[in-house]
Amino acid sequence: MNVIFARDIEDMIETDIIIIGAGPCGLFTVFEAGLIKLRCHLIDSLPQPGGQLAEIYPKKPIYDVPGFPSILAGELVDNLIEQGAPFKPGFTLGERAEEIEKTDDEQFIVTTNRGTKHKAPIIAIAGGLGCFEPRKPELDRLTDFEDKGVDYIIKDPEKFRDKKVVIAGGGDSALDWTNFLADVASEVTLVHRRTKFRGALDSVEKVEELSSAGKIDLITNAEVKSLYGDDSLSGVTIYDKVNDNDVHKDCDYFIPLFGLSPKLGPLKEWGLDLNKESIAVDTLDYSTNVPGIYAIGDINDYEGKLRLILCGFHEATLMVQSAYKRIHPDKNLVLKYTTVSGVNAFE
Amino acid sequence: MDDLITVFVTDLEGTRHEIQAPTDMGLNLMEAMKANGLAVKATCGGMAMCATCNVCVESDHELPEMSESEEDMLDEAFVLDIDGSRLSCQIPVSQKIDGLEVKLGKLTDPTE
Repeated sequence: MNVIFARDIEDMIETDIIIIGAGPCGLFTVFEAGLIKLRCHLIDSLPQPGGQLAEIYPKKPIYDVPGFPSILAGELVDNLIEQGAPFKPGFTLGERAEEIEKTDDEQFIVTTNRGTKHKAPIIAIAGGLGCFEPRKPELDRLTDFEDKGVDYIIKDPEKFRDKKVVIAGGGDSALDWTNFLADVASEVTLVHRRTKFRGALDSVEKVEELSSAGKIDLITNAEVKSLYGDDSLSGVTIYDKVNDNDVHKDCDYFIPLFGLSPKLGPLKEWGLDLNKESIAVDTLDYSTNVPGIYAIGDINDYEGKLRLILCGFHEATLMVQSAYKRIHPDKNLVLKYTTVSGVNAFE
Repeated sequence: MDDLITVFVTDLEGTRHEIQAPTDMGLNLMEAMKANGLAVKATCGGMAMCATCNVCVESDHELPEMSESEEDMLDEAFVLDIDGSRLSCQIPVSQKIDGLEVKLGKLTDPTE
């Protein structure tokens, strides 16, 4: 995959189509746009492409992708990335598309929550169910300590070197990070509300080994019930359900890892006609009420809409034709078959 | 009709709906609620991989036992400790749930 990381670029990222959402539908748009020589740049709040297929169910088989009697969701994502690779898409990952503004020359500028700016004449919103955001436990002062000792997503594990870390959760990410940080942090405590873990068996076994060897502190049947500290976090109080007592634990970081869940997020503010939680589109070309902005895949709504990946692929294909006509009003687009013309990669 | 059951669903606004569902279409309760026009987010579509179809069962029907993955998911979404808490996608529509009384959990809100 030829990834252009946005943070390496200081100026405005310019492209033909800004795709908001790097799920299956957004990824396939890259291919269909590439065939008619339009370039794409994808923005996604998750750190990896694939949307919910990569985040929620990478190991689940999908049976209704034409031509594949069965394919794992994660494999479909890998294939879509490979299929679009000749067209060298750009990616801004781990950032949420926050604002859309229109310029005097009929272009759009999309700015992310981290300030990265993208400019294009066309926006394709392929936002699926919205942006994935971490599930946060209900704890007093949790938000006060965000970025001051409380993290929900680990981007740079080096940050925790020689620090005292408390992780909460019982799924794969809690297990994996506990195992990883055991060698990095000075002290790792894993707190889980139950005794059983949900997650890959070998990760569970490794956590148990590390705990027996005294390399981590594993506290099950317990939960973090409060946080303490002045300006930044200095520790947590853990309630031990078995012994019915509180344990105070000094720490530099508290990392609650309870998975991610999608929220509709900022797109409610973009001036688009909404139908309940979805974007209303014209089925002629999946355009929204704002000329130049399209919505495809699970995020849109029209009479007879089916939220299926295969329908999203169809929508992406028709949408890029309309986008082409908008960008090149004076040119006639001739349908080319890949069997005849092949796939002409971008330089 | 033998193959049609009734379930009572209280939505997030507190309105109680009487819904009907056929037992011969392999539906689960989440799908039956959506088919009846109730707003249920149901992100993952019924794989017990999110908790956005969470309901509280308020009648004393005997329901299929909770699978480990359902229990884990309810736990991760902080709703396991609520009385009668279940994932509606894991409750098959059958004669056993005729007359069931449920309340939609706050995670089902599609506007969130």
